[in-house]
Amino acid sequence: MAREPDAPPEDKESEAEAKADGETASDSESRVEAVTLPTSVDDTPEVLNRALSNLSSRWKNWWVRGILTLAMIAFFFIIIYLGPMVLMMIVMCVQIKCFHEIITIGYNVYHSYDLPWFRTLSWYFLLCVNYFFYGETVTDYFFTLVQREEPLRILSKYHRFISFTLYLTGFCMFVLSLVKKHYRLQFYMFGWTHVTLLIVVTQSHLVIHNLFEGMIWFIVPISCVICNDIMAYMFGFFFGRTPLIKLSPKKTWEGFIGGCFATVVFGLLLSYVMSGYRCFVCPVEYNNDTNSFTVDCEPSDLFRLQEYNIPGVIQSVIGWKTVRMYPFQIHSIALSTFASLIGPFGGFFASGFKRAFKIKDFANTIPGHGGIMDRFDCQYLMATFVNVYIASFIRGPNPSKLVQQFLTLRPDQQLHIFNMLKSHLTDKGMLTAATEDE
Amino acid sequence: DTDIDDRYGDLDSRPDSDIPEIPPSSDRTPEILKKALSGLSSRWKNWWIRGILTLTMISLFFLIIYMGSFMLMLLVLGIQVKCFHEIITIGYRVYRSYDLPWFRTLSWYFLLCVNYFFYGETVADYFATFVQREEQLQFLIRYHRFISFALYLAGFCMFVLSLVKKHYRLQFYMFAWTHVTLLITVTQSHLVIQNLFEGMIWFLVPISSVICNDITAYLFGFFFGRTPLIKLSPKKTWEGFIGGFFSTVIFGFIAAYVLSKYQYFVCPVEYRSDVNSFVTECEPSELFQLQSYSLPPFLKALLRRETVSLYPFQIHSIALSTFASLIGPFGGFFASGFKRAFKIKDFANTIPGHGGIMDRFDCQYLMATFVHVYITSFIRGPNPSKVLQQLLVLQPEQQLNVYKALKTHLIEKGILQPTLKV
Repeated sequence: MAREPDAPPEDKESEAEAKADGETASDSESRVEAVTLPTSVDDTPEVLNRALSNLSSRWKNWWVRGILTLAMIAFFFIIIYLGPMVLMMIVMCVQIKCFHEIITIGYNVYHSYDLPWFRTLSWYFLLCVNYFFYGETVTDYFFTLVQREEPLRILSKYHRFISFTLYLTGFCMFVLSLVKKHYRLQFYMFGWTHVTLLIVVTQSHLVIHNLFEGMIWFIVPISCVICNDIMAYMFGFFFGRTPLIKLSPKKTWEGFIGGCFATVVFGLLLSYVMSGYRCFVCPVEYNNDTNSFTVDCEPSDLFRLQEYNIPGVIQSVIGWKTVRMYPFQIHSIALSTFASLIGPFGGFFASGFKRAFKIKDFANTIPGHGGIMDRFDCQYLMATFVNVYIASFIRGPNPSKLVQQFLTLRPDQQLHIFNMLKSHLTDKGMLTAATEDE
Repeated sequence: DTDIDDRYGDLDSRPDSDIPEIPPSSDRTPEILKKALSGLSSRWKNWWIRGILTLTMISLFFLIIYMGSFMLMLLVLGIQVKCFHEIITIGYRVYRSYDLPWFRTLSWYFLLCVNYFFYGETVADYFATFVQREEQLQFLIRYHRFISFALYLAGFCMFVLSLVKKHYRLQFYMFAWTHVTLLITVTQSHLVIQNLFEGMIWFLVPISSVICNDITAYLFGFFFGRTPLIKLSPKKTWEGFIGGFFSTVIFGFIAAYVLSKYQYFVCPVEYRSDVNSFVTECEPSELFQLQSYSLPPFLKALLRRETVSLYPFQIHSIALSTFASLIGPFGGFFASGFKRAFKIKDFANTIPGHGGIMDRFDCQYLMATFVHVYITSFIRGPNPSKVLQQLLVLQPEQQLNVYKALKTHLIEKGILQPTLKV
């Protein structure tokens, strides 16, 4: 069952206006063919189609979306249960699929399937950038493993040089592949590929960094964005009246504000539940002996219950003097606020993009929802925000990593740093003659 | 009031020949030059203008080197801003986007944000002592990434809010154009400054090698050129390419030898808080101390010497010059392709006879990144002041543990003598 392409109403007006302007024949000819990119065929499984065949089109769509939403959430829970390694692989797959979707749109826009080398080069650049990022991550987290194996050690020592060489090869291949009448298209696709890499690949690596910090830093932000999506939709559905932004006519202020409050409350509850479990709270570490990932540690102060005094205002309402919370819940308020206030801008950006290139959805992978990118558009900025938040407010630099870096310096530099550290500690009173002799 | 998006949408999928040309800007050759050369034919006049401007630019370069590292940093910043301006102006002309609301403001705002981010990271590293003193700077440094990200986000949200109904595609194009330009020009200029801090020689030798390759490839091509090199740039020839390669390697070798003698060029640039300025004074590292190398047999017979005294840096300079002559030109071809794609003759008309600033720096793109990667991979390890800075940020208990670990290590290696108990 093919879905009809919905040409947005603006197109029809502008077509008529263009004809009235008396353009040349060639302009209007190509205008007709370039109006909308055809959407792909409907992917809804036959099972669902038959089960819902009796309902009207609108409710059928609602049910399809609902069922798929629950399916995706259930899938999410299963993956969390399976552990960090599987999560990393899922993140990688999502990244590749998003890249593929955006590049395919680029090909369709520029009719560039026939250009030589282009698909090869785009995938090659994806591989290079992933190699670079994974190499940096692996070196950090798997340090002992890497030091043991000789080929890995060399790869990690000259990692940047190797990555740069790989990238350069791709760059030179691009220059050599430039074809006379297609320069502009080729440069467009080159730019398109690079911007896509910038958005998709860096975000996915920041997600993995967050994951290594502790699965809670991965789960809570993503859940807040999903919750905001669903809550804003619900509030908009039941109470929506005032349009929010011209770009997305279906969004309303009621949905936006309702979603914001609901997400903050959800974030608080979720962090309360999760902070109790070590497997979510501890940094993911690679254990050399068992050759697998472990999440076992002494939970940091962030994840220990503490007493907070309730401000007078709320005291009278709830009737409690103090409340026991995890400090992480305070941070979760910041995360949920970001997810509800700024996350939607990622969605508006994607809506603007779809309108600019006259597509309804990024792809048709998920029935009722569109492509993978459609589901992840609000997540873009979230991963970067969480990473910056952690780096700025939560943890400092990693002490063992600093010791490793120290060991690679020259002896005179090592001595200099050691003396500076010694004088700093002595000033602070941390170091006395007694502790020195230990 | 046609849908502008549709019009540009069509242009996007058509081959290049259908794209309208951008009219070239007016000629900016100064009147004085024109009068002096009025007697010559057009071809020689162009040659003379190019020659005079080349010498002017090289002299300006020497002058700035003499004035010191701070002036060099300002020069690099100035060039970066001008290159950004040139490329963005081309984007505006291609897409006729002058009337789009907010666009110029947003492009310049993003340039400011990215520069703030990069300069902040550099300042924190190199000015550690200065920064430790000032309280407000401490705050800015500690939350630097967060502040930069917040600034960038503000720009991103402004972009989303500025999307106008019939201009979506154009606006997205300009957004992407701005970001790719930032990626190319701003990151490169910051790598140049990092190379500069490593020692002015790491700034001078690569840039001079690229310039030398440009000039010698042109000269070899002019006198001996016969076989075309690449369809993209019909004026380039294999003779020019190979001749330029050998001349650049020799030039790099000699320039490295000359510059390695002076502490001014060889020492890392440091900021001294007492004199409140940059100083380049140090004990030159082994890289810049003459060493004897035994010559391989065939050279022995040729030069009739057993060994030769070289600076180790000269060996590295061979790698740098080779890159400058073999891969540097690809940056030039990329820029040529870009100019053909958008039907422009030059990036701008800033320098008479040469075009815009970008035209002169197109081969330098990849060089700065290569030198930076080369230094971090083969020359130095991590930056000591950065390691110290990160150590000072740790929790006190962590600092104590690290201190003990370091002490054990240093004593093992014999760098630190164990203190004797009285």
